[in-house]
Amino acid sequence: MHDLLESIAIPATALLVSVILFGLFVLTAGTNPFSVMHSVYIGAFGSWFSWQNTLVGASPLMLTALCTALPARIGLINIGGEGALVIGGLCAAIIGIHLNGLAPWFVITSMLLTGILTGGLWIMAVGALKHYRNVNETISSLLLNYIGIAILNFLVIGPLHDPASMNKPSTYPIGTANMIGDIGSSSVHYGLVFGIAACLLLWFVMRRTTFGFAVDMVGGNLRAAQLSGLAVGKLILTTCFLAGATAGLAGTIEVAAVQGNANTSLNAGYGYAGILVAFLARHNPLAVIPVAILLGGIHASGGFLQRQYNLPDATTLVFQGIIFLVILASEAFYGRLPWFKPKAMSL
Amino acid sequence: MTDTSLGAAGIVIAVLGGAVRVGTPFLFVSLGECLTEKSGRINLGLEGNLVMGAMSGYAVAYLSGSAWLGVLAAGGTGLLLGLIHALLCQQNRVNDIAVGIAMMLFGTGLAFFLGKSFIQPVAPHLPALSLGSWSQSPVIRAALDINVLFITGALLAPAMAWFFRHARWGLLIRTVGESRDAALAMGIKVNRVRMLATMCGGFLAGIGGSYLSLYYPGSWNEGLSSGQGLMAVALVIFARWNPIYCLYASLLFGGAAALGPALQSVGITWGYYLFNAAPYVLTLGIMVATSSSTQRFASMPSELGKA
Repeated sequence: MHDLLESIAIPATALLVSVILFGLFVLTAGTNPFSVMHSVYIGAFGSWFSWQNTLVGASPLMLTALCTALPARIGLINIGGEGALVIGGLCAAIIGIHLNGLAPWFVITSMLLTGILTGGLWIMAVGALKHYRNVNETISSLLLNYIGIAILNFLVIGPLHDPASMNKPSTYPIGTANMIGDIGSSSVHYGLVFGIAACLLLWFVMRRTTFGFAVDMVGGNLRAAQLSGLAVGKLILTTCFLAGATAGLAGTIEVAAVQGNANTSLNAGYGYAGILVAFLARHNPLAVIPVAILLGGIHASGGFLQRQYNLPDATTLVFQGIIFLVILASEAFYGRLPWFKPKAMSL
Repeated sequence: MTDTSLGAAGIVIAVLGGAVRVGTPFLFVSLGECLTEKSGRINLGLEGNLVMGAMSGYAVAYLSGSAWLGVLAAGGTGLLLGLIHALLCQQNRVNDIAVGIAMMLFGTGLAFFLGKSFIQPVAPHLPALSLGSWSQSPVIRAALDINVLFITGALLAPAMAWFFRHARWGLLIRTVGESRDAALAMGIKVNRVRMLATMCGGFLAGIGGSYLSLYYPGSWNEGLSSGQGLMAVALVIFARWNPIYCLYASLLFGGAAALGPALQSVGITWGYYLFNAAPYVLTLGIMVATSSSTQRFASMPSELGKA
């Protein structure tokens, strides 16, 4: 009980502190911090319209956050979500273009499976390099981001280029029949359902199965896990595959629900924002859902702030950076604040 | 259009010239990272220092009219970001890799925010030494325009190697990086040494950023950095924590990054975007080839990677 209270109170206080710091920052830039904060709220959650924007932005964040959160549980800091998203989306688009004309359910299913598989293999490579060659996973996943983005740029500008796409180099469209639609009459696409489902499913896997327990054990003490006979390599590869699969799924949804083809917009920074979400959620798949919605909201309010105060769109980046730093600093307080400690028994 | 009469030799010269021109920011960030890592801490946030350095250097150079004041301001900004990194990292249970990622996000966001109004104005450039004025060929002349910052960096590398080997402070940093406990037992203030090393490392990365905005490519915009700061950590591993190897590694990376544009300048445009990935593929390949699952690098500071 005290643990739960602590794990809610500390991040909440940290968020409050970051709001104050951000307010001071906005103040030095010559804008009224209270009206800016109010506008962030209005732009993020103030109306059904803003809510829809927020949810659309939140769904890829849920998936890319899992790409960092799952490996973190096994003790790896993976920041390769951007690359896995790009590769998953690109491969899914290639399959979609080639199967265009067949039954839509078949095309969509094939695209989803392709995205999951390619994204999964992409991050699994990071895990394999770590396990077999002891290559630092943070660096290799970062390098793979750049390699993935270069492959995307090369293919959409070169061999797969659709001459009809003038301003934004793109592949041929996957066909409107093969697009993932919106939920009911809203403008929120079904990617949100995939995002929430993935978080719930992976929360269950990580918290309620022996596999999840083994993963936490490797993450907690590698040596002890090896000595107790756990197949560490297999666990690392599986976890990394699941992580990459979520980012690949995010890329597929971007292609199939938003863009309609693979283009350079796939590389929009969802992978990097997902790292922030994962750390804010302390690598708990269930906590990823509300945090992604919060971050999606802050992100969605960027355009609103720009129009209303003429603030640069990087304002929300600064806000995110401040939140990230304060949250990390707040790690130092876990287990050290007297009022979250269980009452000592009087002997 | 560049002179194409040199043919294959032109590509080689363009790549060599590019190695120096493109490699200079790599040199500064890798020397900065090397200094920080020698003290036993990883700063993954040098990308933030680099972009902030590029922005503040450009802004100060434009406002003051002096490119060198810009370089100094860029270093100062890097120093401050290094200070924030160090202050956060020395708290209990705070992971330096995660702080690095956060600093990267914060630094680039801040630079884009503050730099919005400096995208249009033109700031004074840093001077270059034209060592190729004897040649008629524009390719050779362009390749031999060596910036003063590169020369500074190239001299700094052996100086830093000497510093780590012989200077009292260099030995102090290495002690802290090899064993925190031994350093504590000797009465060294470990956190203070690491803070200074991170700040000086940040200073160098900031200067690397000012090279981007004040010399090559020589303007400020949001797509200025192509991840040079992120590559710093990989470069230092590749250079085996040796400042002199950092110089060679930066030139190699600069050359790899210059390959695409060099091929393009002689009319080979196929796969231009694929060649952009050359430095990253190279790094990954080298890391895979030189790592080992059974042993650590002998020259790696022992405190690195300890939680």
